[in-house]
Amino acid sequence: MRLIGVGNRFRGDDAAGLLVAERLRSELPELEVLELEGEPAGLIEAWDGAGAVVVVDAVSSGSPPGTIHRLDAIGEGLPADVFRASTHAMGLAEAVGLARALGRLPGSLVVYGLEGSSFEAGESLSPPVQAAVERVATLVRQEVARFTSGT
Amino acid sequence: MARARKRTIKTDYLARVEGEGAMRVEVRDGEVTDVKLKIYEPPRFFEAFLRGRAFTEVPDITARICGICPVAYQMSSAQAMERICGAEVEGQLRALRRLLYCGEWIESHALHVFMLHAPDFLGYESAVDLARDHPEVVRRALELKKIGNGLMTLIGGREIHPVNVRLGGFYRTPERRELEALVPQLERAVELAQDAVRFTAGLDFPDYERSYEFVALRQPGEYPIERGRIVSSAGLDIDASEYEEHFVEEHVSWSNALHSRLRARGSYLCGPLARYALNSEELSPAAKAAAAEAGLGAVERNPFRSIVVRSVEMVYAAEEALRIVRGYERPDPPAVDVVPRAGVGHGCTEAPRGILYHRYEIDSEGTILSAKIVPPTSQNQKAIEEDLRGVAERYLDLPEPELALRCEQTIRNYDPCISCATHFLRLEVDRS
Repeated sequence: MRLIGVGNRFRGDDAAGLLVAERLRSELPELEVLELEGEPAGLIEAWDGAGAVVVVDAVSSGSPPGTIHRLDAIGEGLPADVFRASTHAMGLAEAVGLARALGRLPGSLVVYGLEGSSFEAGESLSPPVQAAVERVATLVRQEVARFTSGT
Repeated sequence: MARARKRTIKTDYLARVEGEGAMRVEVRDGEVTDVKLKIYEPPRFFEAFLRGRAFTEVPDITARICGICPVAYQMSSAQAMERICGAEVEGQLRALRRLLYCGEWIESHALHVFMLHAPDFLGYESAVDLARDHPEVVRRALELKKIGNGLMTLIGGREIHPVNVRLGGFYRTPERRELEALVPQLERAVELAQDAVRFTAGLDFPDYERSYEFVALRQPGEYPIERGRIVSSAGLDIDASEYEEHFVEEHVSWSNALHSRLRARGSYLCGPLARYALNSEELSPAAKAAAAEAGLGAVERNPFRSIVVRSVEMVYAAEEALRIVRGYERPDPPAVDVVPRAGVGHGCTEAPRGILYHRYEIDSEGTILSAKIVPPTSQNQKAIEEDLRGVAERYLDLPEPELALRCEQTIRNYDPCISCATHFLRLEVDRS
C-alpha cells in the first residue's frame, strides 16, 4: 500500500498532506510513503503500478477549517474546484482525470482532503488543521490495517 | 453612432499557468483602450528572507521559490556567490550542472507544451480532455517529462527542489556508470522531442507577428543555458554585473509582480523565442534539423509558435544531455572550495521561461546583506501586455468567449510562472 502526501510545506495549511505522510513514514514500515507537490505527471508516476493508494491533500471547499473529506477517486472522481489549493493550477483532480483517460489509475485510490483556511506563503499550520492532521493519520492507520487484514 | 460602445473582456482566474492571475482588456468604440495582466498572488518576500542567512544557503532556499524551475534558481544564485568569492566551477562540474539544467528544461517544457499550451490550439479545455481524444500524445508527453525528472533525480538528489547542489559544485557526483544507464532513455527523449516538434508544427497558428527586442544569454560555441553574456537583438551585449545599468524594475498598481523594462527602449522579450533568435546557429544537429522540418526560420516573431521552439529546445536539451553523459568523467572532488569574501555578485542563467537574474551582497563572513531576484515572468510582463493589445486588436470581431480564449492563449505563449513573478492570471475584456 502506498501513501502520497501532497502539498507545499511553505504555504500554511497546504503542508497538511505532507505532515500526515511524515508522521506515518517512520511508524508504518509496511507503507510506502511519498511526498509530492501535486503536479499531475508526478502524481500519476507515483501511483502507477500500485494496488491500493491513499492520497492526503489540503482542500478549500468552503467547509469549516479542519473538516476531513474522504473521497473514492476511482468510483466518484474528484470535484475539480476543491483541489485548486494545490500550488499549481493543475492538481490532484486533473491528475485523476488524466490517469483515467490514460488507463493509469491504481486499483484503489482513496483521497483524504483536509479543509484548510490559510494558504499564505511563509505561514504555519492553523490550529484546526493541525488537529485534523492527527485525525487523518489515525484514519490512514485504519485504512492500512483494513488493507493488511484484507477486509 | 452616438453612444460609445464599451466592452470588457475579462478572465478572473487564468487556468493552466503556474500561480494566480487575471487579465482585463477594455475596448471602446471598436478600439482597445486598456490592457492589464494582473498578478495577484501575494509577493513572496524571498529577498527579505535571505538577508542575514549564510551565503552557502542560497541554492537550497531559492530552489523553494518554484516547483517547476528550482534548478534555475539554484544555478543563478550559486553563480552569483561563486563570482563574489572568485570560485570557478569548470570542466566536468560545470558539465554536470548543465546536465541537471537540461533535465529541468525537458521536464518544464514537456509540461507546458502538452499539458498547458497544446489544449489551446486544439480547442480543449484541459489536458484531461486532450488525453481522452489523443491518449498517445499525452502518454508520450508524460514519458518525456519522466526522463527529465530522472535526470533531476539522479543529479539533483530528488526531482522537486533538488538538494544536491552546493556552492562550488555538488555534495555528491554520480559515478560514470550511473549516468551511462541514462543513455537509452535520453536517446528515447530525442525521438520523443522530435515527435513533439512534428506535432506542434502541425498546429494552426494565429497570424500574428511583432518585432520584439529579444534578450537572451549568449555563450560562444553552445546554446545558452547556465552561463553567458546578456545580449539583445538591438545590440545589447553586457556582463550580468551590468544588468542594473540597463534594466529597471517598476511597480505597477494592477500587479503584485514588478514590471521590468530596458532603460533605453522599454519592453523586451526573453525565453525560447529570444534564445532561438539569438542563438539558433548553436543548436545541435538534430535540433537544427527539427527546426528546419518545422518550417522555423532563423528568427521566429510569431509568439504562438513559441510552442514549436520549446519543442526544438527539448530536442536540443536531450541531445546535449547525451553529449555530456557520453563525455562524463567523475569529477573529484565534487566541489571546489568557495571561501567567503565581502562583495557584490551577479548571476544570470536561462530558466525555461527566460533569463533569471540574481544579485547578492555578502560580508566577509558570508552573511547575506542584500538579495535581488528578477524572474523571467517579471521581465516578460510588458511584452505580454503588448501582445494582448495586438492580439485583441486583430481579433476584435471574434465573439466574446473565443476572444477571451485567444487572449489567454496569448498569455500562455509565455509559459508565465506567476508564482515566481510575485514575488499570476484572470482575463477581463471590458467592451460594454
